[in-house]
Amino acid sequence: MTQPSDISSARKHETLVIMPAWNEAEVIGTTVREVFEYGPECDVLVIDDGSRDNTAALAGEAGARVLRLPFNMGVGGAMRTGFKYAKSHGYTQVIQVDADGQHDPRDIKSVLDGLRDADIAIGARFADKGTYEVRGPRKWAMGVLAWSLSRIAGTRLTDVTSGFRAANEKAIRQYVDHYPAEYLGDTIDSLVVAVRSGCKVRQVPVSMRERQGGQPSHDPIKAALYLGRSGLALLFALTRKRSTPSTN
Amino acid sequence: MALIMGLIVVVAILIYVFEMLRRQKLREKYAVLWIIVGIGTLILSIFPQLLDQASSLVGIQIPANLLFIMTLILLVGVCLHLSHEQSQAEDEVRILAEEVAILRSDLQDLRALRPPESRDAAQHPVANGRPVADK
Repeated sequence: MTQPSDISSARKHETLVIMPAWNEAEVIGTTVREVFEYGPECDVLVIDDGSRDNTAALAGEAGARVLRLPFNMGVGGAMRTGFKYAKSHGYTQVIQVDADGQHDPRDIKSVLDGLRDADIAIGARFADKGTYEVRGPRKWAMGVLAWSLSRIAGTRLTDVTSGFRAANEKAIRQYVDHYPAEYLGDTIDSLVVAVRSGCKVRQVPVSMRERQGGQPSHDPIKAALYLGRSGLALLFALTRKRSTPSTN
Repeated sequence: MALIMGLIVVVAILIYVFEMLRRQKLREKYAVLWIIVGIGTLILSIFPQLLDQASSLVGIQIPANLLFIMTLILLVGVCLHLSHEQSQAEDEVRILAEEVAILRSDLQDLRALRPPESRDAAQHPVANGRPVADK
């Protein structure tokens, strides 16, 4: 493994913004610049998840540090890489921000503030703030998930699939040990295992902006599939052994 | 005639497995399975009455059905085993990809730290058979 002392020059701040990006050339530059402009003092790490466009180059131009994965590994794989990077470079807190600009950089600070009394802070979309709306079967599916995860975490969580989440050192170590790259592993599975390993979770209300491209689908079949897969992910997560976060 | 046909096929498969092993195209852990299966089939094709006895022992009327069920169970087992191995291999590849991505960025940082006049040497860091020093 890389020793932190070798590359301390790469780390300018204590906080790392991790931004998984896959073919986001259209928006990545704007998103990175907005984080620098409206976010707190931080380094931005863009994880180029095997993009075929010039996402990496544009992110670099905007001032982000870029990790290029040799092939597409999904959000889970990208985040694992980000957490590994954060651990080996000695960052004390990280926050995941979507490259497509749906997470408002002005909210980064409030999500990070959530870490003051928790190990993981989730920026939740429907906590009475903002205009983001989901309807129909997908909403019910998310409701079931939120209910069961709230029970597990022992705190009220309304938006468990939100990718807008921050982690402190303890949670980073736990994530490096166990961060599944499966479907929904980055949201549900990772959360359950972190909670079972003794990490404290907290929810912070944030507003979400419109996604720059693509609509969330309201197809009932897709919603059912989504519920099924997330249920499975939850089941697996619950039956997994708890891991003790390794020390550095 | 059927006996000889069976024998030929089994012996051919066994030779093929040995040949792959010899050329290191097949890992030993997979080869063992196929050698056991091959030898079992060899014994069965030489002494077909063994199959009759075994099927009457477990209460299957048509001996061929015993053969089929054993084959099916074996194949399902092999498939599961391969899926497991494949998942493991994918996992390992993913971990390597993560490490490569991080190392590549660290290498870039180190290159940037280096004073400009020594950059030329850094163009071929392992050209003389040893990695360049960190500082």
